[in-house]
Formats: sequence, C-alpha cells, structure tokens
Amino acid sequence: MPAKAKRIFVKGNVAVALGAVAARCRCFFGYPITPQNDIPEYMSKLMPENGGEFVQAESEIAAANMLLGASAAGIRCMTSSSSPGISLKQEAISYMAGSELPGVIVNMNRGGPGLGDIGPAQGDYYQSTRGGGHGDYRTLVLAPATCQEAYDLIIEAFDLAFKYRNPVLLLGDAILGQMMEPVTPWKPKKTSDKEKSWCLTGKGKRKHRLLKSLFLEEGALAGQNIHLADKYKAMAAEARAESFMTKDADLVVVAYGSIGRIAKSTVRKLRGKGHKVGLFRPVTLYPFPEKPLRALAKQGKQFLTIEHNLGQMVDDVRLAVRGLADSDFHGEYPGNLPSPDDFEKPILKSLRRIKK
Amino acid sequence: MSAKHAQAPWNSPAPGEKQVFSVPELLVDRPTHYCPGCHHGTAHRLVADCIEELGLAEKTICIGSIGCSVFIYNYLKVDAVEAPHGRAPAVATGVKRARPDAFVFTYQGDGDLASIGMAEIIHAANRGERISVVFVNNTVYGMTGGQMAPTTMIGQATTTCPGGRCQDREGSPIKMTEIIAGLGGTVFAARVAVNNLKNITKARKAIKTAFECQVKGLGFSFVEVLATCPTNWKMTPVAANDRIEAEMIPYFPLGVYQDIIAEREAACSTRM
Repeated sequence: MPAKAKRIFVKGNVAVALGAVAARCRCFFGYPITPQNDIPEYMSKLMPENGGEFVQAESEIAAANMLLGASAAGIRCMTSSSSPGISLKQEAISYMAGSELPGVIVNMNRGGPGLGDIGPAQGDYYQSTRGGGHGDYRTLVLAPATCQEAYDLIIEAFDLAFKYRNPVLLLGDAILGQMMEPVTPWKPKKTSDKEKSWCLTGKGKRKHRLLKSLFLEEGALAGQNIHLADKYKAMAAEARAESFMTKDADLVVVAYGSIGRIAKSTVRKLRGKGHKVGLFRPVTLYPFPEKPLRALAKQGKQFLTIEHNLGQMVDDVRLAVRGLADSDFHGEYPGNLPSPDDFEKPILKSLRRIKK
Repeated sequence: MSAKHAQAPWNSPAPGEKQVFSVPELLVDRPTHYCPGCHHGTAHRLVADCIEELGLAEKTICIGSIGCSVFIYNYLKVDAVEAPHGRAPAVATGVKRARPDAFVFTYQGDGDLASIGMAEIIHAANRGERISVVFVNNTVYGMTGGQMAPTTMIGQATTTCPGGRCQDREGSPIKMTEIIAGLGGTVFAARVAVNNLKNITKARKAIKTAFECQVKGLGFSFVEVLATCPTNWKMTPVAANDRIEAEMIPYFPLGVYQDIIAEREAACSTRM
C-alpha cells in the first residue's frame, strides 16, 4: 500500500465495486436486489469507464450464466446479488465448479428464508460453504468484516479464482453492504492469469478446446471428482482467520463477518472488566481455518460460536475442535440487528459454564 | 497426400475419380451417435459448411445446450463450452461481451430454447446481442425419451401426453421464429427445413446470412430448423421425413420473418 494513499468514505458495496475495478474485472453481470444494488449501479458506470462490459441481465439465473460465459473466455468477471438471488445463481455456479471456471460472486446476505427481509443475516453460511447447488463441489468463501477488508478481499478473490480455476464467493451481509467507512484504495500489481492453457479464444492455429461438466464415459466422472477433491484439499493453504486476545483467554468467541466485528467490541468491553475472553474470526469460511482453531483447543480453551442464524458455522467449529473441546452457541435471529451489549450475557454464561 | 487430406479421407478422390460431394474439414471424422433418420447430422453439417465458407473456424466459440444437441461439440472442431439447460443465450452473451471479436453461436433444441430457456432467448434477442442462434425444432424432448415439448403439435402423442397434445389443457405449439422476429434487437430471423435438397439449400443460405449478420456486427440472428426425431415420433426415417412436409410446415411455415440487414448496414455506414 502506498504511504500517502488517499482515504475515501464509502459503503461496503461501493468498496466491493471499486476493488473489483482495481483487480481488473472486465465484465460485470447484475440484477437488482436489495441490499446490494449499489454494486450493479456503480459497475454500470465503472465498467464502461474502464474498458469493460456491464450487462443488467433479465434474471439472476441469466446473470450467473453470463458470468459462466465470460469466465470460459478467460476474462476477469463478477456478479453480485443477495440471498434469494444467490439461490437462483446456484445452477450456474455448480456448472462453473464442474467445468472449473474462475468467476467471482458477491452475496450480501439478507434475512430469510423465502423473501425474508432486507436486513443483515448469516443464514447463507451452509449454502456458501457446502457448494450451494447440486453435486459435490466447493467454492472458496471470503468473509470480510470491514469495508477495507471487503476492498482487499475482492481483489484477492479474482487472483484465487484464477489460481484454482474455481468460483470464489465473497460473503457479506446488509450491514457490510450498507455501512460507510473510510477505505484506502490500492491497486494490485498486474499478475498474469493462468488462462492460456484452457480458456476459449477461438482455436486460432491450436487444437480446439472444450469446457464441460458432462462426463458420460465410464470412469470419467469419478476421475473428474477425484481431481476436484484434490483441488479442494490444496485450497486448505488459503485458510485464514483473525485472532484477537486469544492468547490467555479461557473462552474464545468464534464469529465471522459483521457479527465477528460486533463480538470484538463485546470482547474488548469484557476484557476491560477482567474477563479472560478472546475472539477468533474466520476470514475464509471455505476453507475453514480449522488448524489455528484446533491449536487453541489444544491449549485447553473452550468456545462460544455466535452467528446471525440458527446455528450453522458452529458445526464447523465443533468439527475442528472435536475430541479436545466443545462450543456453545448463541444465535441472533435474522430480522434482529444485534449490538455488542446483546452478546454480553451469552459470553458471561459460557464463561460461568467453563469455570464450573 | 496433403495434411488436409490426411484429416478427411472422404475428401480425397482416387486418381481418375471426380469429386462431386465433399465434407467440411471442420467436421470430426467419427461415426454418428444420432439415431437413423435424425436431422441433427444435416444441421451440424450446414453449420460447419457456413463457418468454413465464411472463414470463421479460428475465431468461433460454440455454446452447447442440453438435450441431444449438447453433442455438437463432439462433431465440430471449434472451441466450445457447455451451457446449463436453456441458458445458452446468456452464456453466449457472457462469451461475446468478454471476447467481442469471437464468432459466437448457440445450438439449441426446442425443449431447451422454447421452454426452460424462454427468458434467456427473448432477452438476448431483445438486447440485440451480437450472437447467432441455430434452433433445432423436432417437437419433442428427444434425449430424455420423448416427452411433450412447447412445440409438440396438437394431437401428437408423447410420453407425457399419451393421448395426444390437447390445446385446451396444454396450449398450442409455440412459434418461436415469429416471436423472435418481433423483438427489437433481431436483425435476421428465418425458419427452414432440411427434409429435401431444395430446403437444405435454403437452410444453408439462411444460416450463412445469420452468421454474416454477426460478422458485420449488426445484431441478433436466429434460424429455426424443423427437424425429425424418428425414434420418439415412433416412425421410420422416411415417414418422419415425410411428416415435416405434411404436418410441420403447414403449422410452422418456412421463410424469412425478419430481415433488416440492409437497413442496419445503412445505419452503421451513416454513423461512420
């Protein structure tokens, strides 16, 4: 980051749009849905200004399939939506995973199920980290907690998509999308995407290429699934988390995204009162940062997972610490907007439990 | 023997023989998997002919669809990507926007394009995407075993309308070319058949014209090809071929339904 970088004051949605442009995104395919509308609105201006293409698709289904097409052509491309729209994109995301295509998808998670509301929620954790569509596949999932982190991670999302030839999901929520914060924009160094050996350009003088997810010949699909499984294993190298005051903590709160940030305020406040509590915030949800979490469990710490849903990531936390520790769970219901004070009681309750 | 001939032995007449029929180099030399009497092979060949004639092979990107037509990529030596069911026009939009210099076409059946893919085809046409669509209409879902399609004729029996399609209950067969022709971005739309030599000649011309629209950057182009499905129609190849003339053409009349090529060309040259 340059020393005298200028700060700007923007919404998380805008930070995502600006970060995508800095990452040399050249095609954006959008469809209106609250609370992510700033992204397509900004991209409709930013793409043509930066020599790219913007299409407002007829549906989220079409937008995701346009993404499939542009990524098959080897171009850095993105689509964005919010929960109900992301459900509709899952068909194309599954095909992209099966055909190994590198697109970036942004989900500003809103309340569900069904139409839900337009407020923040984390109900899409399972959908995001278990593939989301049909078939057995994974997408890389990045979960920023600040507007700056949204800017930084969307840039990384494009690199990761091409590194692994895989869809990458940036999972925010209505808080992240709609709040304004200072962001220091930066431009990444130009990296060359590994596109030469697989993407469609028209065959020219080389042999023609085919990108597909249909494997009918005997053994072919199993071979493809083994190949994909190896790739997903390799992705474990990308696992990342923020550890805050966990060193001497008896209880570690595990929370991601906006909720992780709110929980951080609670942890800080309780530390002020002398409670030995820390925060572990996964930045990548897939791969889940289980190694550092397990390391904390080995030190004898106990856990409390806080989420803005009925309990989804808590499964991954329990799997990570299995045999060594357990995790309590506090769920804030989608539709509620929690404040740091709301997490005090559940944290103190877990602290009392482990001291018994 | 030249490298060209080594690829396609059928194009190499023996000494003293005169070649009267050749196969495009773009077609892969392999046995067809299509059923006897199916028109896909003829349609594939016409597409290959037109790509070759226009010199587009090196810049072509083919968008496959779902159904029997998915296997076009096993027969054409061009770059290709497989689209989910019905979404080929959206995938083509993404490819073309990403690579405007490529020649991009979709090849879709009637279940794919006129049922599940109705939104994608209508909006790609309306936006005037610089893509070309070859739409093969055989009035039935072929690959899945002969279920009713949006194009199934009134009275035609299928595995999901065993008593014959009833207008009252299942609606009328959809006339796609007429719908596409009326949309703002469509520069050329035609319906053709490949049931006899005369119609094949016209079909070749229509597909070539459609492809030229894209090459000139004029807008969206669309060709519907009426085709047989002897297996699911439970007919012999000859009877199926006869059905095109006897039943399909009267309801799906052949012809050019939209052609504003000259108008668009004039507009383009004025702008320049």
